[in-house]
Amino acid sequence: MRKNSTKLIILAVIALIFMALFAFYNIQGGFSYAFPKRLERLAAMVITGTAIAYATVIFQTVTHNRLLTPSVMGIDSMYEVVQTIIYFTAGSASIFVVSRYLNFGLSIIAMVIFAIILYRFLFRADKYPIFLLLLAGMIIGTLLGSLVTFMQVLIDPVEYESLQARLFASFMNVKTELLLIAIVILGLAFIYGYRLLRDLDVVSLGRDNAINLGVNYDRIVLQVLILSSILIATSTALVGPVTFLGLIVANLAYQYLATYKHSVLIAGASLISIIALVGGQFIVQHIFHLNTTISVVINFVGGIYFIYLLLKESRKAG
Amino acid sequence: MIEIKGLSKSFGKKPVVENVTLKIQPRAITSFIGPNGAGKSTLLSMVSRLLDADTGEVFLDQTDVKRMKSDAFAKRVAILKQANHLNIRLTVRELVSFGRYPYSKGRLNAEDEKFVDQALEYMNLIDMQHKYLDELSGGQKQRAFISMVIAQDTEYILLDEPLNNLDMKHSVQIMKILRKLVDELGKTVVIVLHDINFASVYSDRIVALKDGRLVKDGPTNEIINSEALREVYDMHIPVQEQDGCRICVYFNSH
Repeated sequence: MRKNSTKLIILAVIALIFMALFAFYNIQGGFSYAFPKRLERLAAMVITGTAIAYATVIFQTVTHNRLLTPSVMGIDSMYEVVQTIIYFTAGSASIFVVSRYLNFGLSIIAMVIFAIILYRFLFRADKYPIFLLLLAGMIIGTLLGSLVTFMQVLIDPVEYESLQARLFASFMNVKTELLLIAIVILGLAFIYGYRLLRDLDVVSLGRDNAINLGVNYDRIVLQVLILSSILIATSTALVGPVTFLGLIVANLAYQYLATYKHSVLIAGASLISIIALVGGQFIVQHIFHLNTTISVVINFVGGIYFIYLLLKESRKAG
Repeated sequence: MIEIKGLSKSFGKKPVVENVTLKIQPRAITSFIGPNGAGKSTLLSMVSRLLDADTGEVFLDQTDVKRMKSDAFAKRVAILKQANHLNIRLTVRELVSFGRYPYSKGRLNAEDEKFVDQALEYMNLIDMQHKYLDELSGGQKQRAFISMVIAQDTEYILLDEPLNNLDMKHSVQIMKILRKLVDELGKTVVIVLHDINFASVYSDRIVALKDGRLVKDGPTNEIINSEALREVYDMHIPVQEQDGCRICVYFNSH
């Protein structure tokens, strides 16, 4: 068996090859125009990929479940709610749509506040098990989804089309200014999260063992839940919801790296995530000629992988 | 010394532990016995902070346990619960190394490695230290978890039914090791036991619970007699002496 450091280097090399391909392949319309544009998209994908991988791995550790993603908590739905309400009440020509800053800020704040309220009210580990929290999140997510559909059938069809574009993940027109803000937010989240990584290794032994080993379990779980929602909120506000990606890359990382160490798992999952996004976008651009979007590709591949995981788990149980 | 003062806990409206007050003698094995649902495990969970008590306090050398920092407490008291299913794949040595977490926070130094080696040796696990836990039998797995708790090097070791699912040979092995931990290393062991004869043969003191209340607390020979046991279990339990051990022969009781 290869050592994990070798495996991480292999992943990093593949990621770099895809990034180089994406940046330089078949560049047209003037290098000085196209190249910075491509770099911008590349940066957006690296940031999103890392944020989603990070958020999913730590979320799955504290929920002790490898089939859940932070989107189960309805954070993605909250993004759709915010966008739909904006289009429903103010319209596509309003400042909330035209000003990307305002839209970005509003989306992040709404998603994080939603998550914090949910966790604050429901997260009492001594009283309720975490499953209750997840169930509540799913139900609220469904409720929000219905609300969104209701508003969407009422708005003008032209507005609806413009809204629809917002609700699909796209790396095609990411604003540089937003990128910088996202980098700052994610940088802070990573620095904050770094202190938790070793404690998370212990958390994966389960609540009783973690408390026995002196980890402040309930506090860590709450911190991780909030941290992962900040990461997901930022990446969603930047490019739109990419639901399945986290699930795929986290599970591929567990399988490939076979370790309990979160520093290794998160690095691996992030690299796989970057490979998936950059490689996927490359295929969408140069093979499908932008006739489809990357979220369609990711949800298609992700869906198949999810079914595979479910079958595998049920076989193990039976 | 661990002192338990007026500890109570209810699940919903059902009281599980009611107003229990007792002192755990240091450098001894104390067994918690009692019928099913007596609150033994719940009491142990509250002492080890896995569960918050509704009322009452636990003191460790006169300090309220709630005021202690998590890792300071983890260096002095270790708890092992009965259900130990892991979601992750670990080798025996990796698991035992986790026992050093309160000291090293995941970065093991030479001293930590020494403790891990000792703990593995104590539980006879050196040969299989690089095997994965899911390759082991129930008894071997249980030994690996106890080994982790030994590596934690605490004065107090609390075990919740460590003999569950173990055969006679492994049960005796584990009880002998616990005895050694007390006699040779001066540890204090508190253990929840279902098999009253293991409690009789290996423990120094016995605490008997029934319906959440403390009914007996004393040296083993004061508890292992038919009268006292009738109060705890509501049945006649004849006690026989065999090679200096008191054995309860309850199998044919009426």
